[in-house]
Amino acid sequence: MNAARATALQAAVAVFRRDLLLAFRRPGEWLQALAFFVLVTVLFPLALEPEPSVLRLVAPAALWVTLLLASLLALDFLFREDARDGTLEQFVLSGQPFTALLLAKVATHWLITGLPVVLVGPLAAMSLGAPSASTPGLMLALLLGSVSLSLIGSIGAGLTLGVRRGGALLSLLVLPLVMPVLVFGARASAQAMAGEEATGALYLLAAMGVLALTLAPLAAAAAVRISME
Amino acid sequence: MRECGFDSRRPHHAGTPVGHRVLKVGNLHLWRGDRHLLRGVAFSLEAGQALQLLWPNGTGKTSLLRCLAGFLHAEEGEVRWRGVRLTSDRDVFHQDLAYLGHETALKGDLTAMENLQYACALRMRHPPAQLQAALAATGLDRLDPQQPVRSFSAGQQRRLALARLSLWGAKLWLLDEPASNLDGAGLQVLQQMLRAHLEGGGAALLATHQAIGLEGADSRLWRDAREAA
Repeated sequence: MNAARATALQAAVAVFRRDLLLAFRRPGEWLQALAFFVLVTVLFPLALEPEPSVLRLVAPAALWVTLLLASLLALDFLFREDARDGTLEQFVLSGQPFTALLLAKVATHWLITGLPVVLVGPLAAMSLGAPSASTPGLMLALLLGSVSLSLIGSIGAGLTLGVRRGGALLSLLVLPLVMPVLVFGARASAQAMAGEEATGALYLLAAMGVLALTLAPLAAAAAVRISME
Repeated sequence: MRECGFDSRRPHHAGTPVGHRVLKVGNLHLWRGDRHLLRGVAFSLEAGQALQLLWPNGTGKTSLLRCLAGFLHAEEGEVRWRGVRLTSDRDVFHQDLAYLGHETALKGDLTAMENLQYACALRMRHPPAQLQAALAATGLDRLDPQQPVRSFSAGQQRRLALARLSLWGAKLWLLDEPASNLDGAGLQVLQQMLRAHLEGGGAALLATHQAIGLEGADSRLWRDAREAA
């Protein structure tokens, strides 16, 4: 055969592009998480007292709890389809580093479920009374937090592949792991909204992101392998 | 339990001449839950040779293939690919291996060409003309190129999986019911592909409920797991 062997990077890029194309052809899946995020954050001010000070008090919590739940909702279809139709098996057999291929999948997943929320997040925060000056800080916090959520969540998604209707189990597995992201994300957002310096919490969020990027793909690859038996 | 003497440490050649033993399976035992499914399976395959497993339903044909591919872990036994134990270097084996299971690993939302492109990009880079030629060889070039694979019949999807198989350039084919859903012409395509693969020094292990005629090629039938291959 007169063709050169693909490098790991080329293979990962192929996975990335394939998943983007699939998301483009089937927008329902990723729009679901975004719609959930927007709806819930918009419902909060309707249900609460229309007092700006009250809204501003609960805004960071509402924002981050919703982000967390939206990411859980999206995680359910991270690997499921590829596991069902045998694509993940072919990933294993491709002779390419499995971790790199899964990381490419998680990257696409973040791009289509995480990034829209990061972009819409500040708008949702404004509906909860956040000043527009807090937008950069909020976006940065959401950006760092959502990356960690996607990466850590991929471990849980891998572990629950073999379980039918694994949604509830997935939340039980993932929620304890992402508590620090919730705590510091909400803290950074609260500081940004109050006009305070949020660097401390943002640094911690960034550190968690780097840690997740280093370890989560390895753990996710091991989890998916176990689920494939 | 059958004897399993090994002639080990055959050096790694790029092209193995026909007649050289490439795959050696010895004394393989596999349990699924509390069922002792494979009881000391032993056989070997030479380059240019096909072995068709015609074992009755439920006697472990698929499990044997999945075990060789590395998705199931045998409790006992040894598999050598070109003299190297699989447990010591699985990646090299995977680069030589093509596995076609019950699930075709095709994406319903992509077209036939896109499916081929992304599946092949994992392993090697092919010029588009080569992909087109593979489609033509399986008789899929007459379909509308924009048609998503979701609307293909089961037989057409199987043909597409065969086209992909021919592009991978693997040396060992593990095919699980490759003829299922294929019509007469499709079966001929499969037979031609298998003959060309064997003539080129490839080896094939097929799990099938009906023997596939491979006149002129070195093909053995194995009717019962309790007998020697």
